Amino acid sequence: MKKIALLLSAGALWAAVAPAETLINGAGATFPYPMYSKWFNEYKKIHPDIQINYQSRGSGAGIAQVTAGTIDFGASDGPMNDLQIKEFEDKHMGTTILHFPTVLGADVPTYNIPGVNVSLNFTAEALAGIFLGKITKWNDPELVKANPGVKLPSADIIVVHRADGSGTTYIWTDYLSKVSKEWETKVGRGTSVKWPVGLGGQGNEGVTGQIKQSPNSIGYVELIYALQNKMLYGKVKNPAGEFVQADLASVTAAAAGAAKAMPDDFRISITNAPGKTAYPVSSFTWLLIPAKIADPAKKKAIVDFLGWMLKDGQTMTEALSYAPLPKEVVAKETKAIAKIK
Amino acid sequence: MATATFPRARPARRASVFRRMFSADSLARAGVFLCATAILALTALLLWELWRNSALARARFGFNFLTSSNWDPVAGDFGALPYIFGTVVTSAVGLALAIPFGVGAAIFLAELAPAKLSDAMTFLIELLAAVPSVIFGLIGIFVLVPLLNRVVPGLKEAFGFLPIFSGPFYGVSLLSAGVVLSVMVAPYIISVSREVLLAVPRDMREAALALGATRWETTWHVVVPYARRGIMGSVFLALARALGETMAVTMVVGNTPQIAKSLLAPGYSIAAVIANEFAEATTDLHRSSLTELGLVLFGLTIVLNAAARLLILATGKRAGQ
Repeated sequence: MKKIALLLSAGALWAAVAPAETLINGAGATFPYPMYSKWFNEYKKIHPDIQINYQSRGSGAGIAQVTAGTIDFGASDGPMNDLQIKEFEDKHMGTTILHFPTVLGADVPTYNIPGVNVSLNFTAEALAGIFLGKITKWNDPELVKANPGVKLPSADIIVVHRADGSGTTYIWTDYLSKVSKEWETKVGRGTSVKWPVGLGGQGNEGVTGQIKQSPNSIGYVELIYALQNKMLYGKVKNPAGEFVQADLASVTAAAAGAAKAMPDDFRISITNAPGKTAYPVSSFTWLLIPAKIADPAKKKAIVDFLGWMLKDGQTMTEALSYAPLPKEVVAKETKAIAKIK
Repeated sequence: MATATFPRARPARRASVFRRMFSADSLARAGVFLCATAILALTALLLWELWRNSALARARFGFNFLTSSNWDPVAGDFGALPYIFGTVVTSAVGLALAIPFGVGAAIFLAELAPAKLSDAMTFLIELLAAVPSVIFGLIGIFVLVPLLNRVVPGLKEAFGFLPIFSGPFYGVSLLSAGVVLSVMVAPYIISVSREVLLAVPRDMREAALALGATRWETTWHVVVPYARRGIMGSVFLALARALGETMAVTMVVGNTPQIAKSLLAPGYSIAAVIANEFAEATTDLHRSSLTELGLVLFGLTIVLNAAARLLILATGKRAGQ
């Protein structure tokens, strides 16, 4: 009898406390998921009354679900295009959607050439040529010229790309579209594209696995994945003419280079960014937040979280190998939070 | 007294009507009827959802969807042919390898092996059917592909003149996917075929033996033909599994949407492309096209099953059954 009374009172207590908890649901990009999961966890420790759930289902799903209104915020590795924003506005009676950059990521070229154990230099022309299927041998003059002193074999290049739709692919194809007119017109940018050549691997690990098993192959993976697995990856030539190794500093430098041109809606691609130390295959990843949030508790929580993420959250990025936002971008975003009504 | 018994008789009759209406038999009948219709309703609903959600792609591409080889999410042009091709070829290779092995194993387990050994092995084989497909995919990548990398050069030397063994080999290919599928579907063939063979009446065997047939002749000319329909049934099950397999196939097939004449070339399958692209499909047309691929797979399964059933009917007639 006592036990039942205890259970009942516990239930009553739970019922009394439960309505006070604000539940916020989000979904989208998989690339920043470890960071987001850490942030939501830490934030929960300071604000036990706010529960933020995040499902890493892919950028496309994030955009689709936030547009359908089934989640409170979305997340994407590529900014929403004008058509998608218009679709959102049509469905939400003129309310627009805001982009908030959170962290930075980058893609790196990785390869397996027997006898070559150094970080190779890749020019934009070389990468575009290889992925278009025009450069087919490792000893192509374009590659030999950029890598003096490295003995490149005359073997055929095997190209490996992501088979699953992915923000990683978006960044890679966005970069190739910027540096190669032919790529832009023949293939274009997207989370899935029609690859002119190559094999498809599933996820970063699938691409890596395929490369490891195929001599003379090349592919691209996310920087964080390459760092965590201590993989060998190449340097890429930036518009300033330098071959830059991707790391947290060079990725943040790319964002800083582009920060001056940052539009008010934060929808900017920073691939091929100017700056001597900038790594050219870098990108922001965004939270997608409706400009009008009807529920005042949710609105307060989201606004507060964004402020926290830009201040305390940014100090946690490097421990997880994500590049933090440059100061200019943080300042601009902090102002933009006021746009949420 | 009469007035007292009369009202009592009435409720009694009502109770018997009640009992007859809700007797255990009719309740059970209604219950299983509901179960059966629920399955049908589920299938119909599935079909309806696929049909409804693929409206955009069907309106845009019509029947060209089935004949076009172009799959370009950026330009918004979608054609299913390379995926249909990959699905059919990998399943065909899988079945071609699994049927002889599976039926052979079933014959051994049902006819020749001691009962204890047969039961133990069947248990292990059924366990194999319960292994998640991603495990088969991993084994495919880390064991099978390196193995094929060693075997295929010899294969090419011997059969390189055949178009199906021509061209460069990257490890991942239609052949690799077919081999992985054969391992995955074999347990279904073995397990079901064994049961069917065991169900062949003793009289049949004894009659054959009495006529002077050897054990093998009895098995091959009497028992197996008798169990033919059941064995075919196990093949249907295996075919359905092979057509719809996603994870293991995508991990070893190379994910390249092309129609190659060589089994050593990479390919792609319907289930694999749906799984790979659906989550990140950003346009309605892309999502709709992937849904239509689901519809195509549904149709393909029905067509292939119908064809297989017709085959049984035809061979049954020829055998005079």
